[in-house]
Amino acid sequence: MPDRYHIHTAAMPGWFRRIGKFANVDWREDCSRCSNCVKLRCLYDVYRHESAFNRDPLAPGATLDECKACLSCVQGCTKGLLDVSINPEFLDMGDEYWTPAIILTTWNQADTGRIPVSGAGYRGRFHGPGFDSIWTDMSEIVRPTRDGIHGREYISTSVDIGPKPLRLEFTPDGRMLTPPLRLLEIQLPIILDMPAWREQGARLAAARIAAAKELKTLAVVRAGEAVQALPKQLPFLAPVVAEADIDNCEDILEGARMAQLLDGPDVAALAGRVRAINEQLTIAVRLPLSPAAADRILELNRAGLRVFQLCADQHGRERLGHGKRGRHIKDALREVHGRLVKKGLRDEITLIVSGGIALAEHMAKAIICGADLVAVDTALLVALGCRVCRDAHPRDAEGQAMCGSGELCPAETDSVDRAYAAQRMVNLMGAWHSQLIEVLGAMGIREVRRLRGEVGRAIFMEDIEKEAFGDICRVPRSQVSA
Amino acid sequence: MSTSTATVPAPVPVCPPEPESPSTGYSDWPQASVAREILPAPDRYRNALGKYKVDRSASCASCGRCTEACRYGVHSRPAGYAFVLRPADHLCIGPACAETAESCVSLCPQKALTVRPNPSAECMGDPRWSRDLILATWHAAATGRPAPPHLESRTGHSGGGFDSLRFKFEVPGFEPPPRVPPGTEIDTGLDLNHRGDGRPQIHIDLPVYGGGMSFGSVSIHTILGKARAAVAWNTLTCTGEGGYHDRLKPYDDHVITQVATGLFGVREDTIQRVRIVEFKYAQGAKPGLGGHLLGDKNTPAVARMREAVAGNALFSPFPFHSVYSVEDHKKHLDWIKEVNPRCLVSVKVSTPTDVDMVAVGSYFAGAHIIHLDGSYGGTGAAPDIAKKNIAMPIEYAVPKVHKFLAAEGIRDKVTLIASGGIRTAYDVLKTIALGADGVVVGTSEMVALGCVRCACCESGRGCPRGIASTDPELMMQMTLEWATQRLINLNFAWREEMVDALSRLGMASIRELRGRTDVLCYLSDDAVSATEVSS
Repeated sequence: MPDRYHIHTAAMPGWFRRIGKFANVDWREDCSRCSNCVKLRCLYDVYRHESAFNRDPLAPGATLDECKACLSCVQGCTKGLLDVSINPEFLDMGDEYWTPAIILTTWNQADTGRIPVSGAGYRGRFHGPGFDSIWTDMSEIVRPTRDGIHGREYISTSVDIGPKPLRLEFTPDGRMLTPPLRLLEIQLPIILDMPAWREQGARLAAARIAAAKELKTLAVVRAGEAVQALPKQLPFLAPVVAEADIDNCEDILEGARMAQLLDGPDVAALAGRVRAINEQLTIAVRLPLSPAAADRILELNRAGLRVFQLCADQHGRERLGHGKRGRHIKDALREVHGRLVKKGLRDEITLIVSGGIALAEHMAKAIICGADLVAVDTALLVALGCRVCRDAHPRDAEGQAMCGSGELCPAETDSVDRAYAAQRMVNLMGAWHSQLIEVLGAMGIREVRRLRGEVGRAIFMEDIEKEAFGDICRVPRSQVSA
Repeated sequence: MSTSTATVPAPVPVCPPEPESPSTGYSDWPQASVAREILPAPDRYRNALGKYKVDRSASCASCGRCTEACRYGVHSRPAGYAFVLRPADHLCIGPACAETAESCVSLCPQKALTVRPNPSAECMGDPRWSRDLILATWHAAATGRPAPPHLESRTGHSGGGFDSLRFKFEVPGFEPPPRVPPGTEIDTGLDLNHRGDGRPQIHIDLPVYGGGMSFGSVSIHTILGKARAAVAWNTLTCTGEGGYHDRLKPYDDHVITQVATGLFGVREDTIQRVRIVEFKYAQGAKPGLGGHLLGDKNTPAVARMREAVAGNALFSPFPFHSVYSVEDHKKHLDWIKEVNPRCLVSVKVSTPTDVDMVAVGSYFAGAHIIHLDGSYGGTGAAPDIAKKNIAMPIEYAVPKVHKFLAAEGIRDKVTLIASGGIRTAYDVLKTIALGADGVVVGTSEMVALGCVRCACCESGRGCPRGIASTDPELMMQMTLEWATQRLINLNFAWREEMVDALSRLGMASIRELRGRTDVLCYLSDDAVSATEVSS
């Protein structure tokens, strides 16, 4: 038996300025200097750390914003002078999908590589759009996996990329007609994708490659960024190759295990040229997630292509163009998956889904909806301190957002240290991996391959609402708006 | 076993000796009784926290007009004082009063007073447990009365489940049913044994009892406060999986011994001394994962009770290693019933898609009580991914199970108890209307004891407010008498709200409400719009 897959996480505190949720401790006049708040009330030494920082600018700034809003100091202050408030800078981060809470938990996971554990019950909204309207199942009594993640049995998270024919075909004289299987196995149902918007600097790609090697998965990089890879890193690369790049990256294509092609009218011909360089290469086609995706996949499948990356927008929705609102991955992917199942093609095709995969639970739920694996993009930037401010960046002379550059960007992707960035990516993926195992363990499923399309082991809000509340009279919310 | 009383510091001040209650024959220990009466139990911190903050500027001339103007007791000047005291602003009802001509703000000749939202209160709570719900629970625990109207005390802002369900009498446009005639005694009690198997009946006076919280996850004062309030209200509390503390013995008749997968501290004696034994298969907040007690909170006293090594994180296994089938499950229940021939058996499960089948299986295995714990329930420590994503919320599970048990013809032979995110008296009523017989609460009791839901229970010294911590210094922030009274008061307030609602529904007993979804309505959402995000 091969060694168990293990992700080597190591503490790697962020080098960027963190933004805490509760930061503004409002001291007012009249303080009697009893120091109760500092010495007695604060369990987390927030006051002490802040005063150390005030005296010594070299003291680590990361200890600021540690306040948990237990309100002990506020309620215990001798003169009732103290107030805590929510940090407006915290609320400013991200957008309605990439919420401040998601950004903060991603930072914490990238710091330590550990699963976020906390006290008190669930604190968020009852349900929401997209992934927030799915609950995964659990198995109460009878289950194959013992002890969840703390047990003796191994829960596999490896997935195969490439076609798995349902049957082998032979000639009458017994010669096998089916071409030999060329499965690309990676140990994590995640590949590390390019940022969804233009980023400054090639260092980020270098960090992604290093992280992919450590994680035994693949890093998607632009062909121009692939040239910096060391020979031993080539198997962990998935360069995105265009017609013009082919002549320049023959070496890379010979060493790599996967190449990605952008969808276009000539993609099948291009695939042929790439395969001529390296016959073993797995070729994936990137295409936008849209209502036409299933048809396009079937068309390309007829042309001999088997691996597809469906790219949703950053909120996990279909790309319809013109700012229109598409369906969420949850619905769009279930349609694609269902069409392929009906055609009997599902096992011949590998679906990778990307865009809007912000949390470990999104990975598990995308797989339940029919993906074989996911590609993670923005979350990797968030691990480096990105606040998903995106459109807020100033533009350069050509009108491009100056994302990632120097002082404008907390993630500083143009000058980021490669080892630091790679370790934080590994930590984040390590935490996601452990969370995936928690979910699989609770479901009693021993490998992630079996999770694909398992909608029967998930609870969909639309269905359960109908089942539970279908017989209850409905009233528009506006009628009782408080 | 060494007596753990020696290892846990005695509470200060010591309880006065309690009158004994008649023996039920289960316990070998004299049983205590606790008075069921409302006594004021104000916030235990120096500065009580309110929704609004009242500022008095330096231009105050201490004329005392505000003390005459305020009907809520915010301003006071005790006899012999030259100055008006610092405003008790947690009592202020805010703009509803401050914007009138009779308010302290308007009447102050020096214009020295201002009222503003309290920024610290904004930091409390979350969509499920909103700031208002926390403050309303505090008010109820302090006074024994439902919260005043400036606090939303029935629902949170989670946008679904209980927060989208309303009784028709709360919504304009529905004709109210005839009210119960004034003076009718409204019964909120519940019988727990419907099997007719010759085992004793247990009656509780409220359709609510306390959830399992282990010694280790919470302090001994929290555990004993819950137990004493349960005695006062003739209801129940549960040990959780941390073992049976010696100091619980005077309350044996109102304690449920929990047998969880870790079997921490479970022994024959602890099964024999109680009237109900609960099998915990799973917990709603971390279904399928088993209990977590992180190493920091496994102090020597906790470790001794659990017969474990101090400082080690304790992860209960999941599931029971001896249960692979419903037959094995029956074997477990038979074992408990054999050890204690007079006890009732409760089975606590979480809410997978096949929760209805699990419930039926448990009934046929011999359970008296089926306790469903929904996925949004409380916990001392759980992975965030499990709290939000695994298994369904209780609002979905209760009607599913209720209907299935009814279709199987066994609904009246089993008691269905629900828990997991039941926060208010109205949540209790809605759960029962959806099909449960009664509920188990946990977090609302913690909030009554002063929890602000900062979610820091799990590690380090534990709860900074001394509720969910066995740290000897932190737990002393709360006395046992105060904790008991807060919970007794909370039950008074809840019962008042339940009785009021039942009288509006024209029902003389809480048992009439079970499964009456026709008295509910569901708020449907208006369409949410979003656009494609450019990459």
